[in-house]
Amino acid sequence: MTGGDGESILPLELQDVCYEAGGKRLIKDMNFRLEGDRTTMVLGPNGAGKSLLLRLCHGLLRPAAGRVVWHGAGGGDPARHQAMVFQRPVMLRRSAAANVDYALALRGLARAERAARVEDALDHTGLKRLAGHPARVLSFGEQQRLALARIWALRPQVLFLDEPTASLDPAATHSVEQIVTALRGRGTRIVMTTHDLGQAKRLGDEVLFLHRGRLLERSPAADFFAGPQNDLAQMFVAGELLWWRRQKRKLPTDVDPREGPR
Amino acid sequence: MNDFSDALSSALLLLLHWERDLAEIVALSLRVSLTAVVMAAVIGMPLGAALALFRFPGRQALVVLTSALMGLPPVVVGLIVYLLLSRSGALGVLGLLFTPTAMIIAQVTLITPIIAALVRQVIEDLWQEYAEQLRSLGAGPARALPTLLWDARFSLITAFLAGFGRASAEVGAVMIVGGNIDHVTRVMTTAIALEVSKGDLALALGLGIVLITLSIAVNATAFLVKERALRRQA
Ligand SMILES: Nc1ncnc2c1ncn2[C@@H]1O[C@H](COP(=O)(O)OP(=O)(O)O)[C@@H](O)[C@H]1O
Ligand SMILES: [Mg+2]
Repeated sequence: MTGGDGESILPLELQDVCYEAGGKRLIKDMNFRLEGDRTTMVLGPNGAGKSLLLRLCHGLLRPAAGRVVWHGAGGGDPARHQAMVFQRPVMLRRSAAANVDYALALRGLARAERAARVEDALDHTGLKRLAGHPARVLSFGEQQRLALARIWALRPQVLFLDEPTASLDPAATHSVEQIVTALRGRGTRIVMTTHDLGQAKRLGDEVLFLHRGRLLERSPAADFFAGPQNDLAQMFVAGELLWWRRQKRKLPTDVDPREGPR
Repeated sequence: MNDFSDALSSALLLLLHWERDLAEIVALSLRVSLTAVVMAAVIGMPLGAALALFRFPGRQALVVLTSALMGLPPVVVGLIVYLLLSRSGALGVLGLLFTPTAMIIAQVTLITPIIAALVRQVIEDLWQEYAEQLRSLGAGPARALPTLLWDARFSLITAFLAGFGRASAEVGAVMIVGGNIDHVTRVMTTAIALEVSKGDLALALGLGIVLITLSIAVNATAFLVKERALRRQA
């Protein structure tokens, strides 16, 4: 079963992607290719550029240079087959069910199809009994699950999640992880950032390690957590603070991330 | 003090009897101001929303203009509309001067900027909050517009009521373009001004009481609408 209708829009390739804002180059010469059905964890200290990278991939930001290419999209619109979950869920001022329905209506689905998908999505995310509640009075954890219900109903091929559990308690985090795993089981390609290394180990198949807007390492998750090649990544896994100041350590030369996991 | 208590008791009597003249004046006031606020909303809401969502040449100037026009003195608006509608004016052929329609035009001019500016602020704030999520779901500004208007509905009602409050309370504009003609263009505010100048405080006070009651009702509605919205939708 595939995550969406028709052909896959993957592989996704970033070709020399740079992003600038406020006169600063925040993402530098990003090159990698994503395919297959692995779950990719994007890791790195605060301010590394993880959120920017996800937004560039998803098309919410335009690169200042370079290209974001969805090789499988052909002439179609790749945006239709992707979705994103943000750190802070954004819900419309209407019921939980209506929020899911809204996303489906934007994709042009017919009413009957929408109703069936909304019900199924709320069921799978444990929100059935809250279907008629105004979405914005739900707890933070419930709202994040509702954001995932929206995804469940949309059935995207590729899903970007930007620290979806950053402000959740362990129970809410657990249920978000369960839903993400189920989405992956349905064939959705997951790309996710997190500060929670345990979560990265639990969910990730491979890791992209970012630091100061650069991709410093790309490894299978098992290898990365056993011992990253990059010193900064090593410190990061060891839980050390990464300092911004350059004086401490020279940046190691980049791995060639285009190769992907060895 | 005696004058005042005499006036007050006559005013209350007037209100109690609710004479035809009084009823006529109140009815015309409501008709003019409600029509004006509906028309101002029809113009001001899309205008405000467009200013909030779209980037186009002249946008900045329009934003500044609507904000500046918010504080327009009613007499100045009255004067401008008067000049437009007077026989030698650009719209003189329509023969609208000293009719309720002229008063409506003046009030629409007066409150459209208020509604547009308030709506722009409300929609801009909401778009700030929703933009990324809605764009991710596939809705650009144009597609998001009805969603934003719907989600801002409670704040929009407040903007609407603010416009109505301003329209029903102003005297300068309707006085100039309406002329305060008995049975034709006399509304509460112009009647009050006239009666006071004539020294007939009873009718003035009676109308004043109606106006204040109206204003309290409008503000109470605005308050309750907001409260309800906060409780229900957060
Ligand atoms: N619009 C912007 N203007 C200027 N700097 C920005 C902007 N957006 C992000 N940044 C900076 O870019 C860096 C990367 O941000 P981000 O991708 O949010 O980091 P994180 O890895 O924590 O998600 C940060 O230093 C942030 O301050
Ligand atoms: Mg971030």
